[in-house]
Amino acid sequence: MSSRKSKNSNLKHGECISQVQRILRERFCHQIPKGNLFGVQAQYKHLIELLKRTAIHGESNSALIIGPRGSGKTMILNQALEELMEIKQVRENVLQVHLNGLLQTNDKIALKEITKQLCLENVVGDKIFGTFAENLSFLLEALKKGDRTTSCPVIFILDEFDLFAHHKNQTLLYNLFDISQSAQTPVAVIGLTCRLDILELLEKRVKSRFSHRQIHLMNSFSFSQYLKIFKEQLTLPEAFPDKHFTEKWNETVQGLSEDKNVKDVLLKHFHASKDLRSLHMLLMLALSHITSSRPFIIPTDLIEANHLCSMDSKANIVHGLSVLEICLLIAMKHLNDIYQDEPFNFQMVYNEFQKFIQRKAHSVYNFEKPVVMKAFEHLQQLELVKVMERTSVNTQREYQLVKLLLDNNQIMDALQKYPNCPTDVRQWAASSLSWL
Amino acid sequence: MFPLENAVLCRESQVSTLMALFGERHHFSFPSIFIYGHTASGKTYVMKTLMKTSELPHVIVNCVECFTSRILLEHILNQLNCLTPSKDECTSHIACDSFNDFVRLFKKVTQDQGVDDQTVYIVLDKAEYLREMEANLLPAFLRLQELTNRNVTVIFLSQIVWEKFRPNTGCFEPFIMYFPDYSIGHLQKILSHDHPPEYSADFYAAYINILLGVFYTVCRDLKELRHLAALNFSKYCEPVVKGEANERDTRKLWRNIEPHLKKAMHTVYLREISSSQWEKLQQDDTEMGQLKGLSAHAHVELPYYSKFILIAAYLASYNPTRTDKRFFLKHHGKIKKASFMKKHEKTSNHLLGPKPFPLDRLLAILYSIVDSRVAPTANIFSQINWIIYISTNSTSLCLTLHSISNSCHFHILFIFITSLVTLQLLTLVGHDDQLDGPKYKCTVSLDFVRAIARTVNFDIIKYLYDFL
Repeated sequence: MSSRKSKNSNLKHGECISQVQRILRERFCHQIPKGNLFGVQAQYKHLIELLKRTAIHGESNSALIIGPRGSGKTMILNQALEELMEIKQVRENVLQVHLNGLLQTNDKIALKEITKQLCLENVVGDKIFGTFAENLSFLLEALKKGDRTTSCPVIFILDEFDLFAHHKNQTLLYNLFDISQSAQTPVAVIGLTCRLDILELLEKRVKSRFSHRQIHLMNSFSFSQYLKIFKEQLTLPEAFPDKHFTEKWNETVQGLSEDKNVKDVLLKHFHASKDLRSLHMLLMLALSHITSSRPFIIPTDLIEANHLCSMDSKANIVHGLSVLEICLLIAMKHLNDIYQDEPFNFQMVYNEFQKFIQRKAHSVYNFEKPVVMKAFEHLQQLELVKVMERTSVNTQREYQLVKLLLDNNQIMDALQKYPNCPTDVRQWAASSLSWL
Repeated sequence: MFPLENAVLCRESQVSTLMALFGERHHFSFPSIFIYGHTASGKTYVMKTLMKTSELPHVIVNCVECFTSRILLEHILNQLNCLTPSKDECTSHIACDSFNDFVRLFKKVTQDQGVDDQTVYIVLDKAEYLREMEANLLPAFLRLQELTNRNVTVIFLSQIVWEKFRPNTGCFEPFIMYFPDYSIGHLQKILSHDHPPEYSADFYAAYINILLGVFYTVCRDLKELRHLAALNFSKYCEPVVKGEANERDTRKLWRNIEPHLKKAMHTVYLREISSSQWEKLQQDDTEMGQLKGLSAHAHVELPYYSKFILIAAYLASYNPTRTDKRFFLKHHGKIKKASFMKKHEKTSNHLLGPKPFPLDRLLAILYSIVDSRVAPTANIFSQINWIIYISTNSTSLCLTLHSISNSCHFHILFIFITSLVTLQLLTLVGHDDQLDGPKYKCTVSLDFVRAIARTVNFDIIKYLYDFL
């Protein structure tokens, strides 16, 4: 009887964990914008005022939201749109068009997409328009159908705005801003971009039609706010079915945010990158360790997750090279030391390698030149060594100038960790210019 | 889990990390995962096996095969269409022009296939080739979950590190995962796994030990080592088959196989000869010294004069111009030793590569080294030519001289030189229509030209500046 009861509770426990995973994964990976707005309240207010003026009062506007990657541009825009759509009048009237610079790579595709999103494909039918402007104004006229004297307000959202600025003649941007300046239809054009110098990219005629309203998002929160965000992101919502579990979970989260090791890890992470996306990656990694047998996050999970996130990838690659390839790297390091980072070719590297073999090597066999060449080409394939100019038919492969893309510290660090490194190779690496 | 563990040796921790990240079918996971590691470290194999045994809806695409964005996107959509084998839509081909269409069609296809409540995985193998395709492909794939608003995870497999992928203006950062290289113990375990059933596991393990002993310092690529292991095993078993030794006679077996493996290193390993040629050689038991690799075929038989032209070209490429007087004039004056001896190791021409030389210099050197071996009529002309060349060093004078005296001789030589260019022993540098005559460069190695020189009894080392 009791075993059945405990099995039931375990089942419920397993389901509970699954629910926790689902909610938190959606929060970290799918970026559902339900969080508090830390430090961006003023920008949010500005944005929502702007949108309200277009949606409710019929005023045309344009604005650019500028901020580095991961600073919350899409998040604040989505939240503003959600709040706006709660107003009944807005929900029934206003149309939204979402464009993305990565998807609509030229203006023709963009126009087709606008037609589709405004659901005007039937209206357009097979009409052929002379210019872009004609097409766009036709679309906006078509929205006037019915008893309305003015057409519905349209909010245009342009993600990756800087990519639109690379289109030919910036036609789409010109026309959108033109409409937002003229009084025909109430249109709001909101662009999101990560480039601070976006205005330099715009042509003069486009720039003059733009309202120069810029909303800047700089991750301007301090470490204590960062800790609060950390706690808030991990906390389960009130609406979670299992109240008892929620309490225990939130208690563990509180304990985590006060633990010294966790604070150190978060401080290291904060110093590397402030944005919330990397925090979400860290939390997601810690979350993936949770199972029915271990239902709560412990500090070790976060420490391990931080370690995974901050690995040096080039050192990892050097760790997997063969001894011959390591010898070539050391020969190149010596060439860089002697000749002050001037580019060299394979023949010079082979020469250095030969000198090492003849004088100091006991454990490394004197390999033939083609075998050494194959190892050198492997390094080129891994992009640790880069050719200075394009392959021309005129130069033989041994004489092409190349450059090493690792610096001395990286090589020495990698050698420390290299497994079973022969001692004479290690000594050769550490020795300085003792040949000359 | 059991069939999975047996299928993927030495990769248990990577598999468990991936399974933990994927979570349950309907859970969200990272929008993009970037997996890097050396070639043959098991990335593609583990991904394929994991997807198949867990029966996750997935698409695996190789970016070398699908080298344009259109082929890549259509391939993904068509594979997605065939996910549930019961439907007949596999036969219809979906056309997709741009990424915009791809997003729209992706939403439609996942809905039709009934997988829009589970995570769909798109695996892009050899992802480093994405960098050379259209610029929007990589950033768009990184954000596919956001763009389509569906539960999809894109996994990139590559041997190049992530820092080399990142676009200039930044992008959505994927989760970066490292597949560590196999240690020597791991390699031994994996290689011993495919031992043929006729022999015991210990016997094969001893063979693998010897093989790794020879090749481990040069190559740690699992695929290459497996290839070499498969090719050379029959030679290893030879003494046992012939009855000369039994399975435990490790010394005898080692002595038999070790020179064979060393030979393999500079033939089969370098792909100088094909695997079938190698196997045939082992069966025929011919003398290994007669092995002719691909590069050996470059030793073509040249006519007598062409050999001298080649030697002269080599001397012209690798000797600096100011040293010509000392080597090639019969009565050179005293040359100051100090200015002559100054040479750094770095500027040794054999390290920097061959230098281009004008045609006249080639002919002058040629006449100088050939003078004792040719009929006396040409002798006088060669001396005259040489003296005038050295004293004026003016190309126009040389050319008029050629045209007056030696026209037919010159034409024949020019044919020889052009044939050497066709054989790619010389290369033409610069444009054909250069006004001051063509320039050439000698592209053969020192060993090659020494072999040629030996056949005409010419000691080339005496004439090379770097070997003074």
